[in-house]
Amino acid sequence: MHELAVTEDLLKTVLRHAAEADARRVRQVNLVVGDLAGFVGESLEFYWQILGEGTICRGSKLQIERISARFACQACQLEFVMDSELAFCPQCGSHQAKLMAGNEFFLHSIDIDVDE
Amino acid sequence: MKEIRVPVVERILNANDQVSEQNRGWLHKFGIFSINLMASPGAGKTSLILQTIARLSSRVSMGVIEGDTARVTMDADKVRQAGVPAVQVNTAGGCHLDAALIASALSQLPLAEMHLLLVENVGNLVCPASFRLGTDIDVLIASVPEGDDKPFKYPAIYRGLQALILNKIDLLPYVSFDMDNFRKGVEMLNPGVAFFPVSCRTGEGLDSWADWLESRTRQGTQSSD
Ligand SMILES: Nc1nc2c(ncn2[C@@H]2O[C@H](COP(=O)(O)OP(=O)(O)O)[C@@H](O)[C@H]2O)c(=O)[nH]1
Ligand SMILES: [Mg+2]
Ligand SMILES: [Zn+2]
Ligand SMILES: [Zn+2]
Repeated sequence: MHELAVTEDLLKTVLRHAAEADARRVRQVNLVVGDLAGFVGESLEFYWQILGEGTICRGSKLQIERISARFACQACQLEFVMDSELAFCPQCGSHQAKLMAGNEFFLHSIDIDVDE
Repeated sequence: MKEIRVPVVERILNANDQVSEQNRGWLHKFGIFSINLMASPGAGKTSLILQTIARLSSRVSMGVIEGDTARVTMDADKVRQAGVPAVQVNTAGGCHLDAALIASALSQLPLAEMHLLLVENVGNLVCPASFRLGTDIDVLIASVPEGDDKPFKYPAIYRGLQALILNKIDLLPYVSFDMDNFRKGVEMLNPGVAFFPVSCRTGEGLDSWADWLESRTRQGTQSSD
């Protein structure tokens, strides 16, 4: 449900940057989404196609780069990927870990057509 | 015509973040400490708010924002009956509160008379984690019947918390809930987070929660951001 609100926000952001760059047309939107950011890629794409109608984003591709959740053990510094079975560091058994990646949610770049 | 790539690197939800910063500035101007209470539906958000009012309202002047998906005012009515100003915010089916909804609710509260604002978010463990409101701290109410695996299933919400409440501990003898496993998940995601096991039914644990909240409120808004 909230992917609709988020996609509206994304469209505004893309259109603003496209206008600043004098884009004729937006071909591809490159988005970075961490696994812990809480957004479902398929529904972002679904809303993107609908909301883009009637704008220069019409028919453009939403390219999503997913970042998996990575933790660093606070005791032995090992970096590992969290999964639901794993409540401790696989190397030393410590329960204290710091999130290193997986929370990202940002527009990375846009691919646009401009006049020569 | 040629195709080029324009680098952007801008956080989505930037607009929400900006409004949340305005809310925060506004609340701090009035010297109000504020908490965002999140939980699944039925975990006990409203019960906890009422219990907190019962313990603190004679010492700390409060206000409450009640978020709900439907056009109902039950929760806000209960708070008002307890003698505390409350505003009900309806998200019209939306699954989370956002900063703009809080901004309009703030304009309906007697801010000059308040020191503590409690916000009951919409019952949901997923998206409230992504939408900042401008409150000083995020608090999650987990509850025993939901099970001990929730930190592993909803890591994003557990990570950002400044306090975690485990409600309905009166039910521990009747349901299987592995406290060690729950604590492990919490420690991994959010080492050292303030933890309050409570029962809004028997009152157990609520005094230490209320004391903690009172001292955070008195420390005020300086140390929280
Ligand atoms: N057994 C038990 N039930 C509780 C406790 N706290 C709340 N409840 C019950 O849980 C239900 C939902 O509580 P409510 O505060 O409305 O939850 P909310 O949806 O998160 O606001 C109600 O029937 C409460 O009476 C508790 O500590 N123990
Ligand atoms: Mg409620
Ligand atoms: Zn939502
Ligand atoms: Zn380790």
